[in-house]
Amino acid sequence: MSEPLLQVSNLRTFFSTEEGIVRAVDGLSFTIHKGEKFGVVGESGSGKSVTALSVMRLIEPPAGEIVTGEITFKGEDLLGLKDEEMRKVRGGQIAMIFQDPMTALNPVYTIGNQLIETIMLHQSVGKSAAAEIAIQALDDVHIPNPKVRMEDYPHQLSGGMRQRVMIAMGLSCDPDLLIADEPTTALDVTTQAQILDLMLVLTEERNTAVMLITHDLGVVAGFCDNIQVMYAGRLAERGTTDFIFDDTLHPYTAGLLGSMTRLDEVREERLYSIRGAPPSLIDPPNGCRFRSRCDFAKEICTRDTPLPREISEDHWVACHFAPDLDLIRVKGEPVG
Amino acid sequence: MTQDTTTRGTDPAVQMPPERLLQVENLVKNFPITKGIFFRKQIAAVQAVSDISFHIDRGETLGIVGESGCGKSTTARCVLRLLEPTSGNVWYRGEPDGDSSDAIEVIDIAAANKDQMRRLRREIQIVFQDPYASLNPRMTVASIIAEPLLVHGIGSTSDRMERVKELLKVVGLNPEHTNRYPHEFSGGQRQRIGVARALALNPSFMVLDEPVSALDVSIQAQVLNLMGDLQEEFGLTYLFIAHDLSVVRHVCDRVGVMYLGMMAEVTDRDTLYERPMHPYTHALMSAVPIPDPTVERERRRIILEGDIPSPINPPTGCRFNTRCPRAEFPRCSDDVPEMREIEPDHWVACHFPEVQKVV
Repeated sequence: MSEPLLQVSNLRTFFSTEEGIVRAVDGLSFTIHKGEKFGVVGESGSGKSVTALSVMRLIEPPAGEIVTGEITFKGEDLLGLKDEEMRKVRGGQIAMIFQDPMTALNPVYTIGNQLIETIMLHQSVGKSAAAEIAIQALDDVHIPNPKVRMEDYPHQLSGGMRQRVMIAMGLSCDPDLLIADEPTTALDVTTQAQILDLMLVLTEERNTAVMLITHDLGVVAGFCDNIQVMYAGRLAERGTTDFIFDDTLHPYTAGLLGSMTRLDEVREERLYSIRGAPPSLIDPPNGCRFRSRCDFAKEICTRDTPLPREISEDHWVACHFAPDLDLIRVKGEPVG
Repeated sequence: MTQDTTTRGTDPAVQMPPERLLQVENLVKNFPITKGIFFRKQIAAVQAVSDISFHIDRGETLGIVGESGCGKSTTARCVLRLLEPTSGNVWYRGEPDGDSSDAIEVIDIAAANKDQMRRLRREIQIVFQDPYASLNPRMTVASIIAEPLLVHGIGSTSDRMERVKELLKVVGLNPEHTNRYPHEFSGGQRQRIGVARALALNPSFMVLDEPVSALDVSIQAQVLNLMGDLQEEFGLTYLFIAHDLSVVRHVCDRVGVMYLGMMAEVTDRDTLYERPMHPYTHALMSAVPIPDPTVERERRRIILEGDIPSPINPPTGCRFNTRCPRAEFPRCSDDVPEMREIEPDHWVACHFPEVQKVV
């Protein structure tokens, strides 16, 4: 694989609340390589968005804090950067797009204005040159009549169009890494297909790495080279897309796959369902955090925290019993 | 529209087949857009549902799928008469009244009077999408679930408490938790509370309006399984509104696909997924991601151009013609395609229907 772009090691991001300290991300390490399409999958509260916000250094103390960990981007320690240096990285070398483009765009400025501002902030160009780049960027994301659309306010665009503007803005400064946090969750399925298709084509052309955060295993299946499955602030399993789907090692991943309805298959009468709900991250249980919902849990799971192990090349799993579990029962027989 | 012509007539009770629970005919719902403060003039209308027909048999689940703004929730609300339909009929075969041994009667929900509606409301219930918004945060679980009983004057206070506990058990919650408030429960548990409330009056028909789309995948499976169990146990009939075609495939016996206020295609589940004929059905299906990298790599997506048009000023002719990859002009922009039965119980509203295997 090509050279590493982003390396996160032993990241812990905690939030203090009235009820106690929420251990949102609790000891997470991963690497994203140049041009890689890296998927981060998990349920709400698994820590996937907090991971992204930590990388962007958008966690504001005193509410939240990166307690330990290192984040290295192109050899540079992001956590050691001064605020103004970090501002250059943000939106320049690492861009981020969010789930809800309506809240990410400023409603009182035209989209042209907002694009030009971003471009002038990161590239040493004048206003008219920035406008040219902005029009080109809108054209790249297939917004019809980009020159006219520059004058539109966000509310004049549809949800899909707004997300295109966000992608245009994100890619306008030719970043090395694009973090997309649930970019299609708020969109209809046909619009989702348009946006994912567009993101894949544009980032392949530019060899931009993408960290795609989603709760939908279907979305990552077609988009990503590698997938990281998170549970309760920690890594459950990470590997190539084929490994995750075909040689699943973690009972949680298997459970997710087993509980999904599929378009191409009629499942048996009942779906597999992961019982219960995720644990509270204030004072989480010792040992494996998934154990109360796991069909295979034994005494050791209560006692010892399973550390991520590399079972085969580039296939990591945090389970005491991997790879010796019979997960087919949970996951269902392969289709076809 | 020609669907179900056999059952039209002045006396549907005679003509609606005995297994049929609900029959919707030519349902239209327009929302007027008005102008002016003193002399409100209607200047336009949002044509949310335009002339759709479908039926549901007793004990089955009909799914209605489509994207936002296609009119699926408006349809559900018209069926429940939470909205007044602009025109059309919603024939419903009520349960025989317990007191009299009269024959089963058919009522037009769209035209029912207050007394009839009050009786119907005991038989027809709804579960909403958002379990956070649909439960009153200031009421305890017991008062939420007992409210329908109270409204209909059923049982004494202690009877109702017994019933609440029983219902909590049925939906898989702890019957001791009657005095808790909604915020003490997770999303999946709240949805179970919503289901328990809907079950309180022993309904025979339930409208499920996107009951799992606000839930995480692992919780979705729990709730879908519960809905399946309840259907079997109580012989319920479901109208399942959803945008997710893969959930619908798992849950429904028959499926209708809507686009911009029109019904594009209605048929049984297996026919729809194996032999879809409407180009919009093809596009919708091909856009749904499948959690299988091998399948995903080999798939060819039909990417629709542009956005869904406005229902205030929908395209003439076939409403899908502006985005349809198979449209032929001027036919598709001039003529509204009639709903036709292309093969037995496979209804398609398209001038050029053609089977295309998408999955």
